Amino acid sequence: MTTVENAVAVSEPSAGLLRRPRANRGFLSWLTTVDHKKIGILYGCTALIFLVLGGVEALLIRLQLFQPNGTVLTAGQYNQMFTMHGTTMVFLVGMPIAVGFGNYFIPLMIGARDVAFPRINMFGYWVVLFGGLFLYSSFFLGGAPNGGWFGYTPLTSAPLASGFLPGRGPDFWAIGLILLGIGSTTSAINFIVTVINMRCPGMSLMRMPVFVWMMLVVAFLTVFALPVVTVALIMVWFDRNTGTLFFAPAAGGDPLLYQHLFWIFGHPEVYILILPGMGIVSETLPVFSRKPLFGYSIVVFSGIAIGFLGWGVWAHHMFATGLGPVAISAFGLATMLIAIPTGVKIFNWLGTVYKGSVKLTSSMMFSLGFIVLFTLGGVSGVTHSIVPADTQQTDTYYVVAHFHYVLFGGLLFALFAGFYYWYPKIFGRMLNETLGKINFWTLFIGMNLTFFPMHFLGLWGQPRRTYRYDAGLGWDTLNKLITVGSFIIAISVLVFVVNAIVSKTRGAIAGNDPWDGRTLEWSIPSPPPEYNFAEIPEVNSRDDFWYRKYTEDEEGRLVPLPSGGAEAEAQAAHDGHGIHLPAPSYYPLVMALGLPILGYAAVFHSVWVAIIGAIVLLFGMYAWAIEPAD
Amino acid sequence: MAIIEASDTEVSTAGGPPAAGNDHGGHDHGGHGGGALLTNTKLAMWLFLASDCLFFGAFISAYLLYRGRSQKGGPTPRELFNIPFTSATSFILLMSSLAMVLALAAVQRGDLRRFRLWLVATAIFGATFVGGQIYEFTHFYREGLRLGSNLFGSTFFVLTGFHGAHVCVGIIWLLSLWGMSMQGRLGQADSEKVEIAGLYWHFVDIVWIVIFTVIYLMPQPGK
Repeated sequence: MTTVENAVAVSEPSAGLLRRPRANRGFLSWLTTVDHKKIGILYGCTALIFLVLGGVEALLIRLQLFQPNGTVLTAGQYNQMFTMHGTTMVFLVGMPIAVGFGNYFIPLMIGARDVAFPRINMFGYWVVLFGGLFLYSSFFLGGAPNGGWFGYTPLTSAPLASGFLPGRGPDFWAIGLILLGIGSTTSAINFIVTVINMRCPGMSLMRMPVFVWMMLVVAFLTVFALPVVTVALIMVWFDRNTGTLFFAPAAGGDPLLYQHLFWIFGHPEVYILILPGMGIVSETLPVFSRKPLFGYSIVVFSGIAIGFLGWGVWAHHMFATGLGPVAISAFGLATMLIAIPTGVKIFNWLGTVYKGSVKLTSSMMFSLGFIVLFTLGGVSGVTHSIVPADTQQTDTYYVVAHFHYVLFGGLLFALFAGFYYWYPKIFGRMLNETLGKINFWTLFIGMNLTFFPMHFLGLWGQPRRTYRYDAGLGWDTLNKLITVGSFIIAISVLVFVVNAIVSKTRGAIAGNDPWDGRTLEWSIPSPPPEYNFAEIPEVNSRDDFWYRKYTEDEEGRLVPLPSGGAEAEAQAAHDGHGIHLPAPSYYPLVMALGLPILGYAAVFHSVWVAIIGAIVLLFGMYAWAIEPAD
Repeated sequence: MAIIEASDTEVSTAGGPPAAGNDHGGHDHGGHGGGALLTNTKLAMWLFLASDCLFFGAFISAYLLYRGRSQKGGPTPRELFNIPFTSATSFILLMSSLAMVLALAAVQRGDLRRFRLWLVATAIFGATFVGGQIYEFTHFYREGLRLGSNLFGSTFFVLTGFHGAHVCVGIIWLLSLWGMSMQGRLGQADSEKVEIAGLYWHFVDIVWIVIFTVIYLMPQPGK
C-alpha cells in the first residue's frame, strides 16, 4: 500500500482564506464534515423530521375528512395541507432518505473510502435542507404553496395580480423545488462518478450489490429528469412574476405543455422514489433467507429496463386531457409494458425467500410487507394503463389509494426494512426487536386500514383534493375508518422514533456482522471508522464477504470457513494512521446559503436581497476554489 | 475533439489505495474497477452537461411548439430579425471555441504566456457575443417586443436569455482561471481545470448552434 503519510487528523493547511476546520467531533464538525457517513446520517435525520411534518399535514387532512362537512380546516388551509404533504413526502422525505442510505452505504458496499466529491456531497445536503426550510418558511410569509404538488397551470402560473391563488405560495413552491432539484442533481452526479470510478479492485459492475445498482439507475434518472421540471418551474415563475405567456391560453399558450414537462420529470421521479426501495429489499431478503439473490442479473437488468421504460409512460398521468386515440393507446401499452420488469422482480424476491432459512427479524418483516403491499399497488397501477378505466378513476381517491400502496406500502416499508437492517452498522447498536415488531404490525394494519378503503371511495366517486363532502353519499363510514387508520400509522411512526432514540444508547451491542451479511459493509466495525477500510478490500466474486465466511460441501450445504474472522481482526486492529482523508470545509455551507437568499429575492422581487445572495454564493464558490487540497 | 482525448495519466494502478474522495481541483485519482476512462472531475462535468442538454432541450421544445402560435399582436420574428448581424456574432462565438482549444493546448505544453493570451481572447470573443445579444435585445425592445407581448417574446427572451447567462458564467469562469494563472496558482499540472472549463465552453457554443438554427434559420411559419 502506498499511502500518503498523513494522519487521519488533517495536515496543516498552507493557503486559502481560512484554515480548514479540523474538528471531527462536536457541533461544528456536523456543519463542516465531508465524511459521507455523517452526511448520510444528516440526510436521514432531516428526512425523518420532514416525515413527521408531512405526517402532521396528513393527519390534519384526515381530521378534516373524518366527518361530512368537516370544519377543522378552511378550504384555503386544506389546499396548503395537501400541497405541502405531497411536496414534502416526495422531495423532502422519499428522495433524501434514499440519498442518505446511498451516501452511507454506496462507498462501503463498493469498498471505497469516500464518495468522489466529498465537498459537493455536503453542498448537496445543505441545498436540500435549505430548500426544505425555504418551502416551510412560506407558512409564515403569506401562506404555503396551495396549487397541488404537481402545480398545474394556468392555476399556478396566473399572474400574481389575477388573484387566482392568493399568497406567494406558488412562487415559494417553484423556487423551492428548483433549489431541491439542484441539491438532488449534485448528489446524483456524485453517486454516478463514485460508482463508476471508485470501486475497489475486483468489484466489477456485475459484482456490485443490487442496492448500488439501483442507486446508479436512480442517479441517472435524476440527472436527466430534474432539468426538465426545472424548466417548467422557471416558466411558471416567469409567467407569475414577469408577465410572460407560456401557459396563458388567451395568448395561445398551452397548459398541456406544462403537464408534459412536469410528467416527463414526474414519472421518472416515481422510479427515483421506488428503485432505492427495491434495492434495499434486494439486500435484506437474501441475508435473512441465507440464500443468494435469485437471478441477480435479471434483477439488475429489470432495474435498468425500468429506468429506460420510465421515460415512455408519462402521458398516462394525462389520459383525461384529450391527447387523442393514438397517443393514449401508445402510452397505455407502454404502461402495461413497464409492469413486466417490475413483476419479474417480485418473482425474483419470492424465489429468493423460497426454501430459504428465513429469519423473521423486523427488517425481514418489513421486506416481506413491501412485497405484499407493493404488489397490491402494482395491480391497481395496471388498472390505470387501461385507458377507459383510468378516465373513470382520474382525480378520485382510487388514485390516492394506488400511489400510497406503491410509495407508502412500497417505498416506506422498504426504508423501514433498511433502518432495521443498517441501524446496527450505523450506530453500533441493535434496534429493539420487540418494538420493531410492534412498529411493523401497527404500520401494516394502519396502512391497510387507511389506504385500502380509498379504492372503494374512489370507485364510488369521492374526488381528491376536495376539502369536504356532503353526508348521505355513502362515504361517511369509510372516511371515519381511514382517519382511525391514519392515527394508527402515526402511533407506529412514534414507536419507531422512540426505538431509534432509546436504542442508540441502550441497544444491544451489534458487533461487525450481526445479521451474517453478504456485502462489504459487514466486514468492518460498527460504527465504521472514519476511513471505512483499513486496507482496501479486493473482491473475487459477487457476495464476496459471504464466500470469505462460507463454502459449500458436495450436497450444497453451507460450511463455515475457519479463516473468516482473520481479516476482520486485521481491519479492527488498524488505528487508521497513515490513511489520508479529505479535510472538512466551511464553504459548502456558505455557498449553499447563497441559494435560498437568491430564492427569497426571486419571490419578493428584491434586487438588494439578490445582490446579497449572489455575494454569498460567489464568496463561497471562490473560497472553495482556492481552498487548499487538504 | 482533442479535448476529450487529452491524456489521462492520473489513474492509479489497480490494487493501490483509493484517494479518499477528492474534489480538490485537478489532482484526482481515477478508479480501481479496472481503470477509469475519465477522471472524476471530467466525468462529473460530462454528466452535468448531459443534464444541461435536457434543460435547453425543454426550452427549445417549448419554442418549437409555440412557433407561429401567438394569439396576441406584437412584433413577429420576420419584422425583427437581422440575420446577417446575428450570424456575425454567432461566428465570433464559434471562433471563441477555436481560441479555447488553443488555450488548452498551450497550457498542456506549459506555454503559460500563450495560454493566458488565448484564454483572454476566448473571453473577449464570448463577451462580444453577449454584447451583440444585449444590442439585439435592446433593439427588439425598442421595436415593442416585451416578455409579455406575445408567445414569441416570452419564448425568445427566456431561451436566448438563459443561453446568454450560460455564456456569462463561462466568461467569469475563464477570467477566474486567468486570474489564478496570473497569481501563479494555475500551471501545466492543472491543465485539467482548463479542460473542464473548455468542455463547458464548447457545450454552450454547440447549444447556440442549435438555438440559432431553430430561431433564426428555420423558415418562419405563417403570418
